[in-house]
Parts: sequence; structure tokens; C-alpha cells
Amino acid sequence: MPFALSPERERKLQEILERYPTKMAATLPLLHLCQDQEGYVSEEAMGFVAQRLDVSAAHVKGVVTFYTLYNQHPVGKHQVWVCRTLPCALRGAYEVIEHCEKRLGIKCGETTADGKITLRTAECLASCGTAPMMQVDRDYHENLTRERVDQILTRLQGS
Amino acid sequence: MLKRTNYLTKTYGKPEGWGLAAYECDLGGYAQARRALTTMTREQVVDEAKKANIRGRGGAGFPMGVKWSFMPKATPAPGTAKPHYLVVNADEGEPGTHKDRTLMEENPHACVEGCIIACYGIGAHIAYIYVRDELHLSKARLEGAIQEARAKGYLGKTPFGKDYAVEVHVHSGAGAYICGEETSMLNSIEGRRGEPRMKPPFPANAGAFGCPTTVNNLETIAAVPTAFGMGGEEFSKLSALHHIGDGGVRLYGVNGHVKKPCVVELAVGPTFNELIHDVAGGVTGDKGILCVIPGGSSTPVMKPSETVHAPDPKSPLHPWHGKSVFDVPLGVDTMRGVGTMLGTCCVTVIAEGTDPVSCMQNLMQFYRHESCGQCTPCREGGAWLLRVSEKILEGKASMKDLDGMHDIANGIMGNTICAFGEGTAMPALAILQKFRPEFEAYVRGERKRADARLTVEPWS
Repeated sequence: MPFALSPERERKLQEILERYPTKMAATLPLLHLCQDQEGYVSEEAMGFVAQRLDVSAAHVKGVVTFYTLYNQHPVGKHQVWVCRTLPCALRGAYEVIEHCEKRLGIKCGETTADGKITLRTAECLASCGTAPMMQVDRDYHENLTRERVDQILTRLQGS
Repeated sequence: MLKRTNYLTKTYGKPEGWGLAAYECDLGGYAQARRALTTMTREQVVDEAKKANIRGRGGAGFPMGVKWSFMPKATPAPGTAKPHYLVVNADEGEPGTHKDRTLMEENPHACVEGCIIACYGIGAHIAYIYVRDELHLSKARLEGAIQEARAKGYLGKTPFGKDYAVEVHVHSGAGAYICGEETSMLNSIEGRRGEPRMKPPFPANAGAFGCPTTVNNLETIAAVPTAFGMGGEEFSKLSALHHIGDGGVRLYGVNGHVKKPCVVELAVGPTFNELIHDVAGGVTGDKGILCVIPGGSSTPVMKPSETVHAPDPKSPLHPWHGKSVFDVPLGVDTMRGVGTMLGTCCVTVIAEGTDPVSCMQNLMQFYRHESCGQCTPCREGGAWLLRVSEKILEGKASMKDLDGMHDIANGIMGNTICAFGEGTAMPALAILQKFRPEFEAYVRGERKRADARLTVEPWS
């Protein structure tokens, strides 16, 4: 099925286009809108972006595959990113990751069988002063304790 | 000497401290942007900025006012073919750096007011604040501040009634550390892959969309209203290093193995010892210090046993000759003088008992993941450094591998388009050189990965 933005996102796209002197500059923001709508950037969405911005399909694919945060495949309902980089690792990030993997029964990079949670590691999320931390969808959870991680995962599993 | 200030952080932690009401009540509102636009010329703004001696807060430490002065002198009208642009770097992601985020979340109006003054100073009408995508709260607070400022008539076609249009836009990244490199950021704003560009041309000649562009770090821009409020020179004099052109106040972060990790605002010039013991409450578990990473993972580690060698009385470091590097005021030039970099001013503290080889492996995993892949020495070299680190941890490396690691790191230096290559190689070389006995102990089988620890206390 051909991809189309929802009317609200279409309005947002018009706003975005006004900010830049070229259409190509809207590539990243428009891909965010597409992912926001579908949870990932499908081949159809990439075609839509290329057509709307008058850029090549190769350009769009190049951008999507360059940046970590564009999902190229469907992912779980909730995204859990645990920061693994040194300042967090010094305060227990590896243990947080191990705990999440055990609790969810999956490895980092995988999605739970019920499709609810995708668990991944992240590189430094600029939260080193409140380490260890994880990002769940759009929210940061900082100064994580075992109890807090359990609360978060229980909430996500029940959602 | 430790001198706490609250020019940037006064509203931190207050209810609605990020709103315009708090900014007007506690931090002077938009008085400095108004003054700059309505009473000063573009040249006067750049002169004032130069006097403030604001060294770039993103890591390189280039003087902000001097950078502004590189922009072409003619000011193009809005909508002309070759406009000027301001790009604000808020792609905070250097491991160990957690300061810009607090400004966006807690004091976004200082960022917006700084943008207005900077735009006027460099002859730009549009500013793009490039925020990494993960920082959703930061983006929301900035967007909120922009809307409030626009509603008040501080942004738009005639800010403060002056016929000088200024617009500020937030541009979201999409998860790529390399986009914090200025030319990579420009490509990313243009809608391309975030691959760094060859310099020259420098952004002041050909930056965003091929037009003259100034790229400043977010904290650099946020400091501008304060500097203008008290006068550039007075602002600079707050610093213990004013005499060597490193002025004002800035945010300092302390993270890693300390009792109270934090972000604080201080006059430029505290020492590592002051930050660790007086600001962050000392080392976790009252341990000794193995080393610190001065300001983001790309800055070479320093050990407390290292001393300053500056016998020449003319050296700015001479007053600390023979003393511990942990007692030297942190400044752009002082840190360069002791063989490291000030970087972002967020110190990562690593306690005794931590395994330096595991630290290396962790960091190389970061650089391996974040290399944009454009230059072979960085793409392949980073991967090699990670593989050799892992080989060492697994007890499968030889002494020759340690020398090989040295050669690989040296081979990256100076052979890449951007400084990411050095950012990978410098910390690798420093860790390898300063902790050679620990690396060798792995090779001899005296250290085992199973015993290697990164935490002081188990996570609970």
C-alpha cells in the first residue's frame, strides 16, 4: 500500500519545509514523522520521502541506514535503550543490561515474543551524572536501582 | 580556587524555572538581546564577545568572539541568495558529558537569547539548534522557549521593534555521535548522511547550504547574555585564568566513581582535586583515584601521580611546576600544557581497583560504533583497537599485540578528515601508555577478565 502521512503530520511537514532553503533539508525531520507514524521506516515510506522531497531513493536509503535511530524493521511497542558507555558502565550499566535480559528473557537487540518490548544498548545518552540510566520510548530514567528497573519493566509488560 | 556562581543555573530546580517568567525575574529577561539589537552595531557586538574570552565549550576551546569575527563583513538581507547562518551544537554525546542537556532543560531562554545576540553579531537571520534526537525533553523546552519569545516579539521579522529578522529552529538529529563534528552537523542539517567535510573551506566561508556559517556549542551561546549583561571584560575577569584568555564561568560536570555526581556552575579554573573532593563529595567507597578522563572520553586520561613540568618561568604553567596535575586550574591552555585536553569540562573519575583494560575495551566499542566509516584509518583502526582490546581481555594476546595497538592508534592520528580519528587514538594511546603494566599482566595471564571490575560497589 502506498505510504501517506496523517493530516496532522502533513501539516507538520509543511511547517518543517518552511524552515529550510532546500527540500532535502527536511529529510531527517520527515523520516522522524514517518517513523513516528509506523514505528519504523518502511520501504514505502522511503519512497514517499524521496518523492515528496525531490531526492533520489538512494539518498533516502543512505540517510536511513546511516543514523542509528531509524528502525529499518518493525520493532516492539516500547523501546528500551540501556546506556552501556563507560560513565554508565562505571556505575553498573553492565549489571543493568544483564538484569533486563534475564527479566525479559531476550538478548539486547531482540524483541519480546509478545511484541511489547525491544531491548537495546545505547551509546552515551548525555546522562553520565545520573548513571546508570535507560531511555524508555521518549523518557529518560536515571539513577537506576534494581527496584526501579523492575518497576519500569513490569509497567511496560502490562501495557 | 573554587568559586561557585549561578549566572546560568539560578533557575535550575525551580518550579517552571525554564519559563519566560522565571527568566525575566531571575536572569534579566531578554534585556541583553534588546540592547544588542537596538543600541549596538554588529562590530560592537563582536568586540564585546571577544572581550568576554569565552572559549568554546564544546571541547576544542576556540575563542567564540574570534570565530564570530571570521564571518564576512557584509550583512545579507533575509531571503537573499547567500545568507549567513548560526548553527548551535547541542548534539551532546561525548561519553562523560552531561552539561548542555541541563541548560536546555532548565534554562532554555538563555540559549534562545544567546542565539539572537549571536545572529546579530555574525549577520545571520536564522539559527538552527541541532539537538540529538534522544533529548526529547530538551527539545520540548527549547521549542517552548522559542514560542514564548516569538509571542513576545523577541523573534520574528522585527525583534524588539528592530528591522532585523531573527528566527530560531530546533533541528533534531537521529542518533549519530559524529554529527557533533561541525561539518558533519552541517551535512546532517542539509538532510544528508552525517559525514564530515574536508576543511578548507571552513564553515565561515562555506557552511550550511554552502553559505557562511558559525557553529557554536550550546553552552557557549547560553553564556552570551550573561557576558553582555556584566560587560565582556568583567565576565572574563571572573575566571582564575582571565590573564591567559580563558574567561568567565562555565558548567562543570563530575561523573563516574564519585559520591555525588553533579553538574555545577563555577568560575573557570577549579582543579581536579577541588571538583572531585569539594564538589562531588569524594571518591566512591573512599577509594584512591586510578585516573580521570578530563573532559569527555576523547581527552587523554590523567593519573594523580603525574606532575607538571614547566621549569620556564615564562610558561603559564610555571606556578605549578613540580606539583600534581590534579592541582592545576582547569583551562583550555593549562590542560593542553599538561598533555591532555580540557574538552567539555565534565570529568569522569575512575577509582583504584577498576580495570583499565576493560575501560579501553568499553571506549573502543563506542568509537567503533560511532565512526562514520568515511576514512579507512578510523573505520578499520577503531575496529582493530576494539578487537585487540578483546583479545587482551580474553588472555589470548601477545606482547606484540600491545605494540601493534600502539602502531594502529598512531596510524589513525593525522590521517582522517575530521578529529574523530584523534578522538579514538588519543585516549587509546594514553590508556595503553599509562597502564602498560596492567595490559602486560593480561598477556602474562596474571590478570583475568573474570576478575576485571568497572564498578566500585555492585549495582543494586
